[in-house]
Amino acid sequence: MATIVVDGRPYEADPARNLLDVCLSHKLDLPYFCWHPAMGSVGACRQCAVKQFKDENDTRGRLVMACMTPAADGARFSIADPEAKAFRASVIEWLMLNHPHDCPVCDEGSECHLQDMTVMTGHNERRFRFPKRSYVNQDLGPFVNHEMNRCIQCYRCVRFYRDYAGGADLDVFGVHDGLYFGRAGDGTLESEYAGNLVEVCPTGVFTDKTLKRHYARKWDLQTAPSICVHCSLGCNVIPGERAGELRRIRNRYNREINGHFLCDRGRYGYEFVNDERRVRRALAPHGPDRSADPLDPNEAIARVAPLLAGRVVGIGSPRASLEANFALQTLVGPDRFFQGISTRDKRLVDTALALLREGPSRAPTLHEVERADAVLVLGEDAPNTAPRLALALRQTAGVVPRQAVAGIPRWHDNAVRELIQDAKTPIYLATPVATRIDDLARRGQHAPPEEIARLGFAVAHALNADAPPVGGLAPEVAALAEEIAGVLRAAERPVVVTGTSCGSEAVLRAAAQVAWACGAGLCCVLPECNSMGLALLGGGSLDDAARALSDGDTLIVLENDLYERTTAADALLARAGHVVVVDHLAHATGARAHTLLPAGTFAESDGTLVNNEGRAQRFFQVFAPSGHSIRESWRWLRDVMNAAGRAEAAGWHALDDVIAALAAARPDLAGVRDAAPSAAWRFAGNKVARLPHRATGRTALHADRSVHEPRAVPDPDAPFNFSMEGAGVELPLPAALVPRFWSPGWNSEQALHRFQEEVEGPLRGGTPGVRLVAPGAGPIPWWRDPPGPFRRREGEWRVVPLHHVFGSDPLSMLSPGVAQRAPAPYVALAPADALGAAVVVTGEGFAATLPVRVLPELTPGTAGLPVGLVGPLPAVVEVKPA
Amino acid sequence: MWSALRTIWRVFLHLFEKKPTIEYPEVKPKLPPRYRGRIVLTRDPDGLERCVACYLCSAACPVDCIALQMAEAPDGRRYPAFFRINFSRCIFCGFCEEACPTYAIQLTPDFEMSEYRRGAMVYEKEDLTVDGQGKYPGYNFYRVAGLAIAGKGKGEAEGERAPIDVRGLLP
Ligand code: SF4
Ligand code: SF4
Ligand code: SF4
Ligand code: SF4
Ligand code: FES
Repeated sequence: MATIVVDGRPYEADPARNLLDVCLSHKLDLPYFCWHPAMGSVGACRQCAVKQFKDENDTRGRLVMACMTPAADGARFSIADPEAKAFRASVIEWLMLNHPHDCPVCDEGSECHLQDMTVMTGHNERRFRFPKRSYVNQDLGPFVNHEMNRCIQCYRCVRFYRDYAGGADLDVFGVHDGLYFGRAGDGTLESEYAGNLVEVCPTGVFTDKTLKRHYARKWDLQTAPSICVHCSLGCNVIPGERAGELRRIRNRYNREINGHFLCDRGRYGYEFVNDERRVRRALAPHGPDRSADPLDPNEAIARVAPLLAGRVVGIGSPRASLEANFALQTLVGPDRFFQGISTRDKRLVDTALALLREGPSRAPTLHEVERADAVLVLGEDAPNTAPRLALALRQTAGVVPRQAVAGIPRWHDNAVRELIQDAKTPIYLATPVATRIDDLARRGQHAPPEEIARLGFAVAHALNADAPPVGGLAPEVAALAEEIAGVLRAAERPVVVTGTSCGSEAVLRAAAQVAWACGAGLCCVLPECNSMGLALLGGGSLDDAARALSDGDTLIVLENDLYERTTAADALLARAGHVVVVDHLAHATGARAHTLLPAGTFAESDGTLVNNEGRAQRFFQVFAPSGHSIRESWRWLRDVMNAAGRAEAAGWHALDDVIAALAAARPDLAGVRDAAPSAAWRFAGNKVARLPHRATGRTALHADRSVHEPRAVPDPDAPFNFSMEGAGVELPLPAALVPRFWSPGWNSEQALHRFQEEVEGPLRGGTPGVRLVAPGAGPIPWWRDPPGPFRRREGEWRVVPLHHVFGSDPLSMLSPGVAQRAPAPYVALAPADALGAAVVVTGEGFAATLPVRVLPELTPGTAGLPVGLVGPLPAVVEVKPA
Repeated sequence: MWSALRTIWRVFLHLFEKKPTIEYPEVKPKLPPRYRGRIVLTRDPDGLERCVACYLCSAACPVDCIALQMAEAPDGRRYPAFFRINFSRCIFCGFCEEACPTYAIQLTPDFEMSEYRRGAMVYEKEDLTVDGQGKYPGYNFYRVAGLAIAGKGKGEAEGERAPIDVRGLLP
């Protein structure tokens, strides 16, 4: 640690960091634009100027850019120096010369870094009296709005989009003072990370287009810490609500997982919460037209409770919280609780969990993946199944070349990029079809899952002779395996990435075997946001449920549409005497329900999700839905149990009681308790306020209905108030309870540094979440049975599931923008198999005529089918000309 | 004795003074235009809604009695889908008028707002909007803003240059 002097006061500093970073880490106010904590410095905006002095006798000093100056031991600086202040004021004035008179109609207003910096610098009068520059905007698709007049030419957008996220269709055009940040022409931004521009751009050039349709200022948004429900990574998010409508999702920094960035599925997938297909009242549909009058909640409970006297089978869900699934498991008993996923999915997730628990390899966090020095990706199309992981891998690509750069600090972004050029960390990719991160790979293979698994097993054998060999490998594959093994062996922090998406346990086993053989981290992507939690809880598959269900039994389906999971849904539902569906969306399964109970979405309930690394994370209710009978799933199940006179749930008054019951029933899951502070947590006797202290319209918003201010809804489940009363974010809250990033003078998300221990460090008080899965300590459980090679069978096509970031997740598909980005149903075939523009695909109850997409990398004899777009996928199909 | 008589004489003289008391409500007081009474939403010189639904008045309001929702018309103009003032809470401080960047919201010299029912003190946009420009004639926010609306493209605002030709290479 070095010591630097700023304005006469000594501060501790890490000499590997730059001065701006150190000042912000010490919570000093210093304006800046182009520096970004995750992207380093380029010195483009000149806003962070400070005075540097040679020694204590130097009184003149010289202006330097804080973001480009190392915090070297003994260095002396001044932020308050009059000349430095005047310089910064001039810079802001220049930046504002052409800035439009837009704040009132600008969606960035209320969280605009440019506004904040202008105020911080004290520039409050426009002296410029000449005409302003203007630009024509572009239509950038359904997610991002473009208003180019507001640009201050800081280059953050292109640095993020191109350098950080690997996008190609956003760039800077033009010359001198006419620089233009946009696409070559109108059109949708292709990158699945484009939504981050909304947060990266310090001005209102790029803003959230979905928010614009129901705009509210940041100071009016009710927020709570939450978790993304659209894939298994569990990125931390901040949903914002006003007047009963979810308005937007923002990133919630978690150093170990999402850092500063989300993917667009997570950012824009929220609109199902406001969808008209929501179930908002309890219903008992009857008659041929399934018409129904809304039931009073108590009537609904009274209708279901007597059924508990008979046999009840429960079907849980990987998109429901651990607590909701546990409540159902308690209601029906562990023997009659089923996971609500297909047998194939269950086998895959159970295998993944077993590999993580029994083998010696730990699941790395995304932060650790970003620091790996060698990566092997086996079978997983990360950009489509776990987009934030793919973005992490893109950062991994720079790790090794950066290590080799001597004498230039890591934050000196442009210099480092110039030096390393196209050099990359060794990354090897084996996937069924091409992925959007193929450009990162040193070498790779596109092959059917069996072949990918065989490559993996061969690598494992080359690394460790204890791992069994693979017979009959093609010479080039054997050479590739040797090469990969050599790289992994030499690496200090290798990581193997795999997942369930290609539908093959052999691939999972092969990846684990490689990780075990070289001591690598094993990053395993799972299908859904709580797949891991559900696997930990246990329970059979849907086929098991069908076997367990006797005719006339009551069937309770929790937050699940069985028609998406199995072609046997009809048969299953028809045999039940009474179907109770607890869900927030009306879907095909709900249409078959005898009683439909309206559940809260992630934004209307609290609970715990377990992500792919086994980290239990709590999401908190963002708002209390009013005017209908929506409740948390576990509350419905509790009420039913209590009404039936069952003792188990008698003490479940609040979420903490359910968690306590879960911890008591399952000591291995007791860690869930510590995922976040309990509802009893207080700051000086106060809960945390969900609304900012500046929230407006309190006495008018509901005045059309009643002039009496509604009482704030009490919240027994969380240490938060549904009001602006209570502890605010300026107080030192634990990281799991920070509902938004804001600090006096820092209205944008740039306030983040006030919540971190240091810039890019964990949030104050440590990263939230608790790991429930730990590697095994026993001997390595080598898998001795590598699969044989893929052999094409006459008249048979092996189905390769193909995932789409927009399209394969049914919840996000209810967002119009996501649906617009999703592909139309298709079948992908190798050129040799493409029998025409459209083909008939049949097999295992599946039948569809689909247009053909020719994928040259696909192996003949395999057929790619898009997940989530054509119903449950069969394993094998027959393809005939249409 | 003398002092008492003088006092009586003085009081008597007051009979001939000009009376400051106004016989309200028979006689209406004449209030200056900047008196802070009932709030209105005004229109721009083209007769269109001035309010752009920026939420600044509601943020400035110390009793939080203004609520609105922004919406965007097909022509690109932003407007409040609803705009509600709960006058039973309003303290007529005028902060909203000061905060308003478009001169849309203005306080007027009308203070006669008694009602038997508090609910009747809740004014919606239709109740608040007047036809004129109020105290600030001539100002049209969209003519100076950078946002394009139908009839005013990029570069056509006051004090704006024609849009940059991105493909131009001239120095
Ligand atoms: S970018 Fe910021 S300063 Fe510029 S118009 Fe928008 S809110 Fe105002
Ligand atoms: S568009 Fe935004 S991020 Fe890009 S240069 Fe302009 S101000 Fe910076
Ligand atoms: S990567 Fe997954 S968890 Fe993260 S934002 Fe995207 S969908 Fe959500
Ligand atoms: S401040 Fe003016 S323009 Fe903004 S919402 Fe209020 S009335 Fe409308
Ligand atoms: S932040 Fe230092 S020059 Fe831009």
